[in-house]
Amino acid sequence: MTDLMVTLFNGLSLGSILLLIALGLAITFGLMNVINMAHGELIMIGAYVTFVMQNIFINYIPEQYFDLYFILSIPIAMVVAAAFGMLMEVSLIRYLYKRPLDSLLATWGVSLLLQQLARTIFGAPNVGVKSPSFLEGGVEVGSMYFAYPRLFILGLALVCLAGIYLYFYKTGNGRRVRAVMQNRQMAECLGVSTRKVDLITFAIGSGFAGVAGCALTLLGAIGPTIGTNYIIDAFMVVVVGGVGALFGAVAGAFGIGFFNTVFEFWTNASLGKVFIFLLIIAFLQWRPSGLVTTRSRSLD
Amino acid sequence: MIPVRLDIYDEGLLLQNIRGGAVGMSKLLVQSSTNKKVILLLILAVLLLAPLFLSDFRLNLLGKFLAFAILAIGLDLLWGYTGVLSLGHGIFFGIGAYSMAMYLKLEATGGGLPDFMAWSGMKELPLIWLPFQYPMIAIMLGMIVPAAIAFLLGWLTFRNRINGVYFTILSQALVLVVVTLLIGQQNLTGGTSGLTNFQTFFGYPVNSPTTQTVVYLVTVVALAAIFLGCSKLVKGRLGRVLVGIRDGENRMRFLGYNTSVYKTFVYTVSGAIAGLAGMLFVLQVGIISPTMIGIVPSIEMVLWVALGGRGTIIGPIIGAVFVNAAKTGLSESYPDMWTYFIGALFVIVVIFLPKGIVGLFEKFQERWKRADVKDVKEPSGVTVRKNYSRL
Repeated sequence: MTDLMVTLFNGLSLGSILLLIALGLAITFGLMNVINMAHGELIMIGAYVTFVMQNIFINYIPEQYFDLYFILSIPIAMVVAAAFGMLMEVSLIRYLYKRPLDSLLATWGVSLLLQQLARTIFGAPNVGVKSPSFLEGGVEVGSMYFAYPRLFILGLALVCLAGIYLYFYKTGNGRRVRAVMQNRQMAECLGVSTRKVDLITFAIGSGFAGVAGCALTLLGAIGPTIGTNYIIDAFMVVVVGGVGALFGAVAGAFGIGFFNTVFEFWTNASLGKVFIFLLIIAFLQWRPSGLVTTRSRSLD
Repeated sequence: MIPVRLDIYDEGLLLQNIRGGAVGMSKLLVQSSTNKKVILLLILAVLLLAPLFLSDFRLNLLGKFLAFAILAIGLDLLWGYTGVLSLGHGIFFGIGAYSMAMYLKLEATGGGLPDFMAWSGMKELPLIWLPFQYPMIAIMLGMIVPAAIAFLLGWLTFRNRINGVYFTILSQALVLVVVTLLIGQQNLTGGTSGLTNFQTFFGYPVNSPTTQTVVYLVTVVALAAIFLGCSKLVKGRLGRVLVGIRDGENRMRFLGYNTSVYKTFVYTVSGAIAGLAGMLFVLQVGIISPTMIGIVPSIEMVLWVALGGRGTIIGPIIGAVFVNAAKTGLSESYPDMWTYFIGALFVIVVIFLPKGIVGLFEKFQERWKRADVKDVKEPSGVTVRKNYSRL
């Protein structure tokens, strides 16, 4: 029973991390068919923003306010990552909307550049970020132990999810985004500025990568390659979940998170990866285009 | 949504188009194709004679590049011609390399346990190592196993019409899985340090200059054979079908082609070629480890093809040799610069050189031709759109 609960909680925790990362991907991929390989590096940017914020607080702000740095880091990481995303969109990605595989390669190039840039600025070794004091420790229920950082990330993922839901389904901008997603030409005919929608949507997707990076600092040291550890799993979430609906990303993230934990619990970390991959391939036999798909009659 | 045309920028068709109209142009083209043959033969001769004028070290490097070039041709067959991008060719390369390395390792220990197995407390040779005692079986497995994995993954995905970026992501996940497995099963695979310390190959010392020269020559011959074979393949009917799939898969379906069979076939062949390249690589480099076949090297392989020129057979060779030569030159003296360089190269190639070096060359050639033969008309107003990247 305890084992089961712990596994369940670990799965939930991993799922929430994946969800946080995959949310941004689902937005950029779902709307624009852009596979942003630099998403992991936007995560890294978020993480380093947190690191820089921490250092600023240590050096310039009285000590009793130290814990505030983390709260402040979240929006700042989001804005900085979004700014990087916008820069990428304007300078690179908008030329490649018709060529998804090419945009994948180009963004991979960007990711290499950003990684090396981080290495030049912050050095190759990992740096540590001290968790704020209110996130130290955890809550004990019987013989089980729930660490606060993991609970916090779960909560953060849910808040982000709610935010995205509200934006996409309850605001005018969100409606325009969905319109473009469903039928680009028609939306354009009806006066939606698809250029603007693309830019804003890409920035939002990138911004959530920044938030994810901020959250990852709670789990361990950060380095230039922090994003690459999670990015493939996050892509798998998008593949399994399907594009076009948030529910797919949620189900994909928690599904992969849960099964990953279970398989690793039964076997070991490396065999667990093999099983999860086989499971995904098997799942795609049943649902080739993911769990949730938008139906349309267009062929290509 | 996008109007797609079947690609007719084929030399054969182009020739046919032109024969009707301008005879002078056709002569010129025939002449240029014989010129091409002469150039290719010259390159081959230079490569075959390279042991005479290159030092052992340089020859070894060149041999390594040519092994990469073999893989690049296979990758191009899949991406440049069929429009399927695989980010997982490092794995096929790696499996080929590992099977050769396992044989070499066993020959070095004289059939006994390799050192890392003894350290992890194993008593006898594990089952999956047993077939690799025999060189011929190891060589065959080095191509059959990658082909089989490619076949399975290809069949299971293409059958369901999982296309474009979805397949690409899955192929990248395959890399992650295999590399994690190689590192995790340390007692079977040697873990992160991989397999090295080889002594003999078919009884000859691996590192002696004579053996290396022979391996180099074998690599050149293999490259020439793969080059010829793939050129034949893409010029024939099969090649047309592949280009058709790349440029308008649904149209090919409507015409009655089972496109998933073709794609699976090409993926399998491409995997086998990568396995062959891996075997030749390990013979010349003397080590194989998970970092050499991981995600980053796998995607770098795609860059070789893109830089050289996808959709041509000569392009990947040029790209593979060029990028790796640059890597050897740059990364030794400025390792930081190398990452900046290759990152920028990805961006530049995709934005400015989608047809690669070969495309650039052809453009100049065309300009030069146009200046030369003024009275030849363009081969009619057919637009050409190469569509590599449908979803």
